[in-house]
Amino acid sequence: MTDPVATQIEDKFTYQASSEPGTVDMMVNMGPQHPATHGVFRMELRVDGEQIQDVVPHIGYLHRGSEKLCEHELYSQIITLFDRFDYVSNFNNELVIVSAVEKLMGVEPPPRAELIRIIMCEFNRIASHLLFYGTFTIDMGAITPVLYNFRDREKIQSLFESVSGARMMHNYFRVGGVKEDVKDDFTSRALALCDELERGVDETDKLLTENEIFVERTTGIGVISGEDALDWGLSGPVLRASGVPYDVRVDEPYSRYSELDFGIPVGSAGDCWDRFYLRILEARESLSIIRQAMALLEPGDTMAQIRRIARPPAGEVYAHCENPRGDLGVYIVSDGGERPYRLKVRPPSFCNLQALKDLTVGHYIADAVVILGTLDIVLGEVDR
Amino acid sequence: MTTEGSSNPPAKRREPEVPQAAVALPPEGIALAALLPEALADHGVEVGAAIDEVVCTVPADRLIDVCRLLKDEPSLKFEYLRLLTVVDYVEQVGEFEVVYHLFSLANHHKMVVKTRTAERRPSVPSVTSVWRGADWYEREMHDLFGVTFEGHHNLSPLVLPDDFDGFPGRKSYPLNDYEEW
Repeated sequence: MTDPVATQIEDKFTYQASSEPGTVDMMVNMGPQHPATHGVFRMELRVDGEQIQDVVPHIGYLHRGSEKLCEHELYSQIITLFDRFDYVSNFNNELVIVSAVEKLMGVEPPPRAELIRIIMCEFNRIASHLLFYGTFTIDMGAITPVLYNFRDREKIQSLFESVSGARMMHNYFRVGGVKEDVKDDFTSRALALCDELERGVDETDKLLTENEIFVERTTGIGVISGEDALDWGLSGPVLRASGVPYDVRVDEPYSRYSELDFGIPVGSAGDCWDRFYLRILEARESLSIIRQAMALLEPGDTMAQIRRIARPPAGEVYAHCENPRGDLGVYIVSDGGERPYRLKVRPPSFCNLQALKDLTVGHYIADAVVILGTLDIVLGEVDR
Repeated sequence: MTTEGSSNPPAKRREPEVPQAAVALPPEGIALAALLPEALADHGVEVGAAIDEVVCTVPADRLIDVCRLLKDEPSLKFEYLRLLTVVDYVEQVGEFEVVYHLFSLANHHKMVVKTRTAERRPSVPSVTSVWRGADWYEREMHDLFGVTFEGHHNLSPLVLPDDFDGFPGRKSYPLNDYEEW
């Protein structure tokens, strides 16, 4: 059997049988095992010299049919599957599915549980952004920042471990609350961690933001206008870097975000530098959210009184939350049973990746890597 | 316990009544629901609600007109396509439902547009000309449900392998019971 990928690429080679001197475009295949594609993602680049003329992204290498699988599981079991979509911001993913089921059932989790969720999600946002700073700069050839970022991220994950029992794949949120209350030393640990993270983010900021080489490589690269970004359905830092102030935490406040005071950083140029610096600012806002939520935290229940096996009424619901990567939503059609009739995820990375062609055409191959880095995709979520 | 030879048919098991989710539209939703019937008059649109969203059911042949109107009309201005998906109702009514979740940043409105297509040769017009972001959603849905989006520029497989047979999103496709490839 011939390799379908090879034949596909072969077909696109067009050698001009001409005596005239001239250039021909070359097809370059990048991925699915390329380190800069952050997982199993393949790009077919048509290049003229080093300049990209066309790009065809190929996804689906990690397609596990999770949405179909969700339709065969209890609502409580689906939470574990959501952990595995965007595997670097698990808490944010869990929040979406539990809030969707709560909205469908009309259940209100206790205030303490909501604050614990917010604190966990914001820590997770910082952890995810720390990973972004590291991997993004590795893509550009700077090896140092990732060492500092992983050191800080590890501290966040030990806090998660003390709360949920797992570094990743926590399965900690429940429909109607959280699995268990946090430990007694949680407040002191979390506040100390906030200070450490503040230093860590400042460190990254000092190392990168105004570094001349870094600025040269990111400014004016991969520009997308706010209008185009909306048309493509982009969300999260990628959309806000283009000057569109759309953040689900503010536009449709969920949980207890409306009680907290925080800013939404918005870029202006919509280039790679904006998308990077916006995430630095976001991490700082997240720290402020955590500190405010910690101050509001009062003793109380962490679980609402509901049936152990959730059985929501028949109906349709769309719930969404601001994931580190963007607007993560879930659409559930319930027929009144213990399992959803249909479940569909709105994956932010999937939408953000669509705009890749618009962003990369006209730039050099080395810039394509930078642009893909700033989109900050997680293939577990793109393919599901 | 039924005795043998009894002429009485067994009592029919009463189907438990399924509770329905309560509708509670936010103020923006109520305003939008009031606005829509007039704006979309003579398009054969039905306006309803589901929990906190305004739901608007459109015949498939009017879909593009309605979507374009929803995007361009200044009082609506749904410039953001959040989600496009297909729901399989083949067992119940022999139809697929295509669902579009829209959002308007300018007016802070959100709504759901729905259209239906028959089980045989399911096809709806593509909305990629209205929102470019529909591109991959439609390709994914074409892979998983076999719904054709008329007018889409490239419906080649996106999430499935090129030589995959069948439509794994459909209810009729078994979850576990397939041959190893």
